[in-house]
Amino acid sequence: MALFDARAKDIRNLPGFGLTATLAVAFLYAPIVFLVLYSFNAGRSISRLDGLSWRWYQAVFANEEIAGAALNSVLLAVIAASVATVMATAAALAMVRMKVRRRAAAYAVLNFPLMVPEIVTAIASLIFFSSVGLGLGFGSLVIAHTTFCIPFAYLPITARLTSMDPALESAAADLYARPWTQFRLITLPLLAPGLMSGWLLAFIVSLDDFIISSMLSGPGSTTLPVHIYSMLRLGITPEVNAVSSLMVLASALVVITSGLIARKHS
Amino acid sequence: MQDQEDACRLTGLGRTYGKGVSAHRALDSIDLTIRANEFFTLLGPSGCGKTTLLRLIGGFDQPTAGEIAIFGRNVAGLPPEDRPVNTVFQNYALFPHLTVAENVGFALRMLGRPKAEIAATVARMVALVGLEGMEHRRPDQLSGGQKQRVALARALAPGPKILLLDEPLSALDAKLRQRMRSELKALQRETGITFVFVTHDQDEALAMSDRIAVMQGGRVQQLGKPEEIYEAPANRFVADFIGGANLIPARIGARGAEAEGLGVVPASGDLGAEVTLAIRPERLAILPAGQQQPGDLGPLRVAERIYMGNELSFRLEGALVPLHVTLPRGGLRGAQDFTPGDAVCLRAEPGAIRVLSS
Ligand SMILES: Nc1ncnc2c1ncn2[C@@H]1O[C@H](COP(=O)(O)OP(=O)(O)OP(=O)(O)O)[C@@H](O)[C@H]1O
Ligand SMILES: [Mg+2]
Repeated sequence: MALFDARAKDIRNLPGFGLTATLAVAFLYAPIVFLVLYSFNAGRSISRLDGLSWRWYQAVFANEEIAGAALNSVLLAVIAASVATVMATAAALAMVRMKVRRRAAAYAVLNFPLMVPEIVTAIASLIFFSSVGLGLGFGSLVIAHTTFCIPFAYLPITARLTSMDPALESAAADLYARPWTQFRLITLPLLAPGLMSGWLLAFIVSLDDFIISSMLSGPGSTTLPVHIYSMLRLGITPEVNAVSSLMVLASALVVITSGLIARKHS
Repeated sequence: MQDQEDACRLTGLGRTYGKGVSAHRALDSIDLTIRANEFFTLLGPSGCGKTTLLRLIGGFDQPTAGEIAIFGRNVAGLPPEDRPVNTVFQNYALFPHLTVAENVGFALRMLGRPKAEIAATVARMVALVGLEGMEHRRPDQLSGGQKQRVALARALAPGPKILLLDEPLSALDAKLRQRMRSELKALQRETGITFVFVTHDQDEALAMSDRIAVMQGGRVQQLGKPEEIYEAPANRFVADFIGGANLIPARIGARGAEAEGLGVVPASGDLGAEVTLAIRPERLAILPAGQQQPGDLGPLRVAERIYMGNELSFRLEGALVPLHVTLPRGGLRGAQDFTPGDAVCLRAEPGAIRVLSS
């Protein structure tokens, strides 16, 4: 008999665990499965399947408004994620060198906007941007998205940075590398996986955002989630399913890429 | 001219961590001169400030008191990249994303040397540490001993005037450590570079060093050649830390030092002074109690017989502190053997007893 029975402590052996887990996964994924399934519907209904076809995807790709909104979304996400990654890297580099308590305080400040209900941030941003005369549109969207992307980009970057041996930078300095060269040749390459995960996370968060975008987007700067929502008001067709499924696909690709990066460097 | 001889001179060097009540003096006014071309060792127990001292010399940390001169030049405020000093770090700190050759050539690349010169130096360094054929491996494809060699080659490649080594052998197994000891020593002799070597292993220090500074509590307890440190420890700490001497409390009487339960041994000093007698375990002979003569220590009782292969060691009781004797096996002295319970006495070799102030 084993000295310590690990199985008895394993939560997976509690009665009802299997059922609960199955139900939870089902509730998580069933809506997505149905969404994707009906995106292939040959008919106009989103609740009755009349055979399979690509017609709604063809409609999506032929729809210039959707294309414009998608382009806005991707452009916004790329800019916001990139700027946020640079700023988060700067923050992480400064914060790993802080004492533990000050670092916790700095992190709280950085993270606070995430704790505030998003609708509050959205309204506050709307009022703020209007009152400083920035108005609605792409510029405001970029600023707002960059801001809420920073804490997301920060997490993987700082995780990578704290796992890095601080002696490496000392070694580079010892071997006559100037501070900027130390960063470029040693810190940055070793940080790269964290930067990529951080960027992808920020990218997906920006791409998926609805509330803030719906408040701040002006005519011509509509993002895809905002556009999908407006499509709903005109009556739901499987075209909405098709464009949503494409977003799911994009998210899945990003998540898988980020997972692969993490696995390669663990 | 005097300065030319000194690789590194530390004057009143101090490093205090923290402030106020939580302040901790990791280094407390260290005065040391490390000569050019010598193998200098900082020896001391964990936490005594060895790494702190090395970091100050390397420029990774700034002193809170005193100054450091490297080849006569005050290096206060100079960053590591401006000091003619290279370091072999405690855990090697090899760049994991660079190959062996890129690691070794890093400093030369930073110094802007031509490609051909870098390649030639790298090849020479790799050969010097016996890593031919591994130039294109990354650090995670190397064994501990190989990593250690890469770290050494990397630090030697730019031709430093002083090489700092922070416990470079501690991560290696006993056999490899023995071999690297000889290799390091040979390397130091060939290159003529001043080595400042940190260790907490006294055997390592005694075997390799030209001079040793024994440290404890942020201070240098004794500075000297290995023989001096071993044969003539300056105080209780050094006597105990190096070679584990028997430390016997005694008082100076009219006829010598009187140790309770051990009799009187010849010693001079202020009458009535409390002293400590330090005697190395291997500089004592053990005899049956019946053969005790004046000046011998005893009578004592054998409490434990410890067989250690090439040596035989006894723990003896009957004095204020337990005493240890170590005898080589075989040979003339090795003929003696005793079992626990035997009544014995000890005879010290001439000059083996050192009187230390308590
Ligand atoms: N950054 C720091 N902040 C506060 N105290 C420190 C710091 N670095 C070292 N110390 C303290 O200074 C003392 C000396 O540390 P140091 O690292 O020099 O010891 P060491 O002799 O190298 O020990 P070891 O053999 O374990 O490596 C220790 O008591 C340590 O706790
Ligand atoms: Mg140390």
